[in-house]
Amino acid sequence: MKFHKSELFGYGTLLTIGILGPLLFPAYTSQIAVLWIMVLFAQTWDAMGGQMGYNSLGNILFFGSGMYISAIVQIGLFYDVGVYTSAFGGDDAQFTSAQYYIGIFSGIGAAAVGSAILAASLGWVVFGLRGPYFAIGTLGMAIAAGELIGTWDWVGGGGGIALPVFPGSGDGKSQFFYWLCFLAAAMTFVFFRWLYTTRFGLAVNAIRDDEDKAEAMGLHTLRHKTVAWSISAFFLGISGALFGNMTGFIEPLEVAFPTITFGIFMVAMSLLGGKGTLWGPVLGAILFHVIKEATWTWFLGWQWIALGTIIIVNIVFFQQGIIGWMQEKWPEMFGIEVDSTAAEETTGRAGQ
Amino acid sequence: MTTLIEVENVSKSFGGVVANNKISISVPEGKITGLIGPNGSGKTTLFNSIVGYHPIDSGSIRFKGQEISKLRVQQIARLGMLRTFQQTRIYAKMNCVNNMLISVPHRNATFTDMFRPYSKENLERAEHMLEFVGLYQKRKLPSGDLSFGQQKLLEFAMALMNQPELLLLDEPTAGINPTLINGLIDRLKRANTEFGITLFVIEHNMRVVMNLADSIYCLAHGELLAHGTPDQIQNDQNVIDAYLGAH
Amino acid sequence: MLDNLSLLTLAPVLNIQLLLDGLFIGAIFALAAYGLALVWGVMSVKNLCQGEYVIMGGYCAWYLGTLGLHPILALPIAIILMFGFGWGIYVTIIRRVVDKDMFVSLLATFGLAIVIQQALNLIFGPEVQVANSGFAIRSFFGGMVTVADIKFISFLLCCLLATGVVLFMKRSRMGQAIRATAQDARAAKVMGIDTDRVYAFTYALNAAICGAAGVMISMIWVIQPFYGVTHSIRSFVIVVAAGLGNLPGVIMAAFGISLAEQFGGFVFGAELQQFIVVALLLLVLIVRQVQMGRHRQALQ
Repeated sequence: MKFHKSELFGYGTLLTIGILGPLLFPAYTSQIAVLWIMVLFAQTWDAMGGQMGYNSLGNILFFGSGMYISAIVQIGLFYDVGVYTSAFGGDDAQFTSAQYYIGIFSGIGAAAVGSAILAASLGWVVFGLRGPYFAIGTLGMAIAAGELIGTWDWVGGGGGIALPVFPGSGDGKSQFFYWLCFLAAAMTFVFFRWLYTTRFGLAVNAIRDDEDKAEAMGLHTLRHKTVAWSISAFFLGISGALFGNMTGFIEPLEVAFPTITFGIFMVAMSLLGGKGTLWGPVLGAILFHVIKEATWTWFLGWQWIALGTIIIVNIVFFQQGIIGWMQEKWPEMFGIEVDSTAAEETTGRAGQ
Repeated sequence: MTTLIEVENVSKSFGGVVANNKISISVPEGKITGLIGPNGSGKTTLFNSIVGYHPIDSGSIRFKGQEISKLRVQQIARLGMLRTFQQTRIYAKMNCVNNMLISVPHRNATFTDMFRPYSKENLERAEHMLEFVGLYQKRKLPSGDLSFGQQKLLEFAMALMNQPELLLLDEPTAGINPTLINGLIDRLKRANTEFGITLFVIEHNMRVVMNLADSIYCLAHGELLAHGTPDQIQNDQNVIDAYLGAH
Repeated sequence: MLDNLSLLTLAPVLNIQLLLDGLFIGAIFALAAYGLALVWGVMSVKNLCQGEYVIMGGYCAWYLGTLGLHPILALPIAIILMFGFGWGIYVTIIRRVVDKDMFVSLLATFGLAIVIQQALNLIFGPEVQVANSGFAIRSFFGGMVTVADIKFISFLLCCLLATGVVLFMKRSRMGQAIRATAQDARAAKVMGIDTDRVYAFTYALNAAICGAAGVMISMIWVIQPFYGVTHSIRSFVIVVAAGLGNLPGVIMAAFGISLAEQFGGFVFGAELQQFIVVALLLLVLIVRQVQMGRHRQALQ
């Protein structure tokens, strides 16, 4: 793997935040853990939206599916799920340490694989749609999932499920999930970094730039779209499992399938950092998370309005995002060549 | 001599307008076939029907004996039949080399092929093709920055990269500076003779099509008017009337 | 669920109740959907804060009710207020995203929807509200079917408003300008039409139509800050099902979705009513895809 100088700078920063963060600011451990989840969100969204041009408003579907699959596995390995949930969140059931750890790691695995399979099987619903239809279609799917799960009593319906309690102290729990979130975000980054160097990366960019042309050239567009969505779903599933366990109690509309909060954050973060780039979503996620925490502290009461306004301003005035803006100003830094001999060109001008 | 495309009694209407009325043509392998006709004669409709852009109302279209009138665009492309666009479509945000790389044949692409990197051979071939069309110097530029004529050449190179058996060209010289047309004709001929690609060309420019094609079909008012060698077509009274407007 | 279904067959009178409710509410849906079709057809903007404009109109009516005035007086007030609001939103936000790619305008309006939702929540609180119109409630068929007078009035008002808008589009200068711009914006501009003004007017008109719809929704149904998304989805489903420029289709689709909700809500239970709307969305999208697929195209 080749490493560019500025890339090393990026890695250094991330590792510093990642490793020193919880050590220097132990009280903020959970918040930084959520930051890593945000980084994962932005990257998975961008794989579909920025790189492939399929702007999904419903990727949160897989966050929720991962959360519920994990919960079902974690509980179901040791107890009857239906009985557990009917006991109003199951505060009677106890899990031993061993059961907890087996449960959670199996749960995370199942969440990842299950969500990926879900994406592959639901692709047919939305992949004949493009542009705004795809966006609204995916939004509809996410809302539908939330509503449906809310009526399914086996998983607790609208009341939700209480997840197994962490066998350890509060600090221990924060640390445990912190490292898992950091690992998940790092894995996602490493994976996408590799993926964009393969044929797949170029193929999804072609689909974004001109899908009709790609089809006319024989590209297996449906295959690529489904795989991209499944990959995103895989990582989102993991994040859902982690977040659900960090929260301790999951509820369909507010926690598992929050379309108008996390669902939109995914998009906003990628846009802020610069969609279609490798580092853009990461940068955008970090910045967005910091801004969000700041507005919560200083604009309490008005925080949603402040955040929403920031999102609108970003979309309207600054679509290319930070990395996009940098690419325009300093293209050579990103390996984009600019035609300096354009003025001297006389062949091929064709009077256009 | 095998026939690559067999169009048999194909009809297509849009609303009340009959664009193609029972048209039958055949495109022989290894040759260059032209399709001409005044505006509104149904050339583009026929072209789009063949490449799979819209369904036909009746008739059959066969490629190497296989019925393709119900297949989708990607499937037809993977069978070895490519088309270029009149408005010249390329991947504007990528540089020229990447445009070429993404155009490698996808005929036998397996699932795992998606995740491999491009090989040295791919890169060499891409650069070779770019050289063939004279764009080697500009290969690292974003293709959207090229001039219209250069983009047309790039699109042509991308098509060659895909190693098609048959290339359908939609007005390849439209909008090109007259001084460059000879270069384009030359390259089209070389693609046919050196790479063995059969060409099927819609053209408005008479000089080009008479120079290029081995045989020509002429459409008018949605029907096949005449078929023959360039000489025959040039002297066909029906064709002359159609173009000059005599009914 | 099966019990509810058998109830419908055993007591056919219940069907009438659901039918009437579906009709009255469906008329309002048709109005809001027409507004969306207008903005979509003229400016290619898929306005995802459609529902929020409806809810805003609803709160106008409700607020007036709390002041002791009759909510129906809110109709002209809401229309004027929302028209101005829509114009303002156009000038500040929409104008800048009209010519960008479609996802940007979608996301901008969605962002706006979130801001409006949260603002309404902040100002009016999260409780579900109804604007009390205090009209009589009639009952038919021995008390099995009840219809509040206000529902008839609302239906009438919907028809009046719809007729008004259609006549406006056909007869007035601005209406003609709007239709010309919808067909070909560049040609319209060349002909001297101020397309920017047309866009502003269209967007404001849509907001006003939604506001009016909202007033009536608040009187014959319910409003709540976060119910807007469902209204947006409903309008979207109707427009996709009917196709742009197909007014009779919009009306039929609106009644269709409303009846589906009423009957579905009765048979499957009220908590699935929101699900029915999204399910219809997905159904419509799937059907459209298959239709386009036969023409070897994608839905875009």
